[in-house]
Amino acid sequence: MDAYIYPLMGGLLIGFTTAAYLLLTGKVVGISGILAQALFSKERLLPVLFITGLIIGGSAYGVLIEPSVPLPELRNPMLLIISGLLVGYGTRMGSGCTSGHGVCGLSRLSPRSVVATVIFIATAILTVFLTK
Amino acid sequence: MIALVTFATGLLFGLGLAVSEMTNPSVVLDFLDIFGNWNPSLVFVMGGAVAIGMLGYVIRNRHTKPWLADKWYVPSRRDIDKNLVIGSAMFGIGWGLSGYCPGPGLTALTNNPAEAVYFVGALIAGAGLFHFQNYRKNS
Repeated sequence: MDAYIYPLMGGLLIGFTTAAYLLLTGKVVGISGILAQALFSKERLLPVLFITGLIIGGSAYGVLIEPSVPLPELRNPMLLIISGLLVGYGTRMGSGCTSGHGVCGLSRLSPRSVVATVIFIATAILTVFLTK
Repeated sequence: MIALVTFATGLLFGLGLAVSEMTNPSVVLDFLDIFGNWNPSLVFVMGGAVAIGMLGYVIRNRHTKPWLADKWYVPSRRDIDKNLVIGSAMFGIGWGLSGYCPGPGLTALTNNPAEAVYFVGALIAGAGLFHFQNYRKNS
């Protein structure tokens, strides 16, 4: 059970953060959408601040938080590029990613987010099955 | 105030990803490998996040507006369209190839920059391609 304490704590922190952000600002945390606003909208200050905070917070990994398995050594760049293109295009086309659909959307039982989350988890599992 | 809240939200969300090890694509790929060496830890991440997230919506439903803004900006669409289905499938394939979804891809800029330059560059290019195909004529 010890192995699941950190995932649960991290999940509770993510949930607390999205709930507090909702109640304070009225907005949902959708990282793919916030990234697109930071890049392509006319009002960039807030999304850029969010992304900056996200990267600083995430850099605690390996510093404050010990990895349970090592980070991957540089894999085939072509794999990373194809993956990035699919994630970037697909999350805009599907209006969300793991945060916007998987956390915020499921939290309010949005039918669009339930469908999106089932599809992206199922296709990701299938992809891992076919490529491993 | 909104600026401070937005920055703090990013910071705590990133910390949550780090604590739960979503920032490590090896852990994410083990979670997705349900027919092999399955690591169920991310069930706890999503379960914990959605449980508290639901509490947030229970509180929201008792208020007419947020504390620091004039109205709610929560998405209201309920229709299942072709873009939602095809886009989510493309995202899932990309996620399964590398173990990176957008948040952990961005946090890899500091904790695994050798990989992140390729992934994040392509992430921005992919998002930009969709944006300019669909919104340029309107903006």
